[in-house]
Amino acid sequence: MSFSLSPSKPGQSHDLKAVQEFRKIEHANAITKKSAFFEILVFMYELKKWLFIRVFCKFTFILYKNCFMGLIASLGKFILFILDVFRKPERRSVMYRLVLKEIYELGFKSLAFVVFVSLFVGAVVTLQTAANMTSSFMPKILIGYATRDAILLEFSPTIISLLLAGKIGSNIASSIGTMKVTEQIDALEVMGVNPATHLVRPKIFALVFFNPLLIVLSMFAGIIGGLLAGTLSGECTVAEFVSGIQYDFIPFKAVYAIIKTVLFAFVIASVSSFHGFYTDGGALEVGKSSTKAVVYSSVVIIVLNYILTQLLLN
Amino acid sequence: MIEISNIFKSFSGNEILKDLSFTFEKGKTNLVIGQSGSGKTVLLKCLLGLHAPEKGSIVYGGLDIVGKSNKNLKQLRRQIGMVFQGGALFDSMNVEENILFPLQMFSNDNQSEMLDRVNFCLKRVNLENVNHLFPSEISGGMKKRVAIARAIVMNPKYLFCDEPNSGLDPYTAILIDNLLQEITHEYDITTVINTHDMNSVMEIGQKILFIKKGVNVWEGTSSEIFSTANTDLESFVFSSELFKSIKRNHP
Repeated sequence: MSFSLSPSKPGQSHDLKAVQEFRKIEHANAITKKSAFFEILVFMYELKKWLFIRVFCKFTFILYKNCFMGLIASLGKFILFILDVFRKPERRSVMYRLVLKEIYELGFKSLAFVVFVSLFVGAVVTLQTAANMTSSFMPKILIGYATRDAILLEFSPTIISLLLAGKIGSNIASSIGTMKVTEQIDALEVMGVNPATHLVRPKIFALVFFNPLLIVLSMFAGIIGGLLAGTLSGECTVAEFVSGIQYDFIPFKAVYAIIKTVLFAFVIASVSSFHGFYTDGGALEVGKSSTKAVVYSSVVIIVLNYILTQLLLN
Repeated sequence: MIEISNIFKSFSGNEILKDLSFTFEKGKTNLVIGQSGSGKTVLLKCLLGLHAPEKGSIVYGGLDIVGKSNKNLKQLRRQIGMVFQGGALFDSMNVEENILFPLQMFSNDNQSEMLDRVNFCLKRVNLENVNHLFPSEISGGMKKRVAIARAIVMNPKYLFCDEPNSGLDPYTAILIDNLLQEITHEYDITTVINTHDMNSVMEIGQKILFIKKGVNVWEGTSSEIFSTANTDLESFVFSSELFKSIKRNHP
């Protein structure tokens, strides 16, 4: 049975049978139109679904290729770089001299900066703690106690390490990067000197050895800053502050801070050197490497801080 | 003597050196000439073992260095002196420390013997009383001479120079050329110089390799250049009016 899409209207002369026939045709046409519309809808839905899956797959692939594979490749490159760094040096006597030089350049020259920042942050922590102690039932020794824990657990090992990542990290990346783009690293290689061992190893040793000393100094400076701010502002007495510092002291917290510092020092030296070592191009790329060194060192320090805290304190 | 045979080198599918063969002779100044981007520096880095060619061989007096690890190349590298384009002096060290550096790393001499050697090398490159100056405090020509002094301090068998005259005034450039030639003859070493300075080609080119797009297009001596029928070489060497007139007047 064939249906006409535009059947002629029945005339007055048509009988009931013809009317019924017309209604049947009209009904069948409506069904056909409805089902065609439904088919289009289904098709569009399938198309959309298919397109979505395709876009999703493509996006996942790009993410996998660029981010995940890139991350794995960079990690592999970094591990090979570190293995190269810890190869036997050509001359041990030269290495000792270089370590001492780096201790002076990277560590000793950061001393004033670390002490200055720590004094003021210690003072601010004390004043903020005092300002938040609104209840008169709270003992004043809590000011010293809070300042000690804030400085010992977080400020000195983590925040000072982050600041050093900025100061020392950019210095390391830019100096090694400049050596790379001016062919000084090629010159070392041509001479038969392993550039990774010669340039990077002394920096790692210097920071791993000297940073804990810097951080201990920062702890003392921070607490002294807090003591001065607390007593000079009249928020607490020297005796209250000192007994707060001594109250419920757990020596492991200092060990935890030192462990963190050593690992952060390794991260600053190695990550910054890595970015400097693989600089390609000119002055612009040296600047980019320097920025990357600071960003990546800081990110790794933040993540490592969480992991170490979870492992060591909880 | 250094022999290279059929070396190929490419970066990301882009072929830089194609089937290049040549012999760099001992006691002669061997020049590699060619336009910028012709593959001269890549060839030099392959010779130094900084780039590994995909195919071919690079033989230093019987030792093929292709495929050798850095560890195996260490002994050979102590016989190599290199003068980089910008000098590549260590910025954190003064002139004396720069020249002293290879000795401190590899020599067993005592400090005074090493300092004597440093002063001898400085005198050899006509530099005196600059021992305590830093690279940032000396001129471009002096930097090149300090780089040459550092390159010869270990008594190398092979001396490589990457565009030793670039950025120098004509007078200093001639001084550097003469110095390199004198050192080559005096110590009977194999010297390889990358250049596109035509004065150097005419003055010290005892053996010349002309490469174009990584291919050995011509080889010969500076005097043979005048009688060459190679159009590529002719258009490269005699591109300026000065050299065209020199060629016209050449017997």
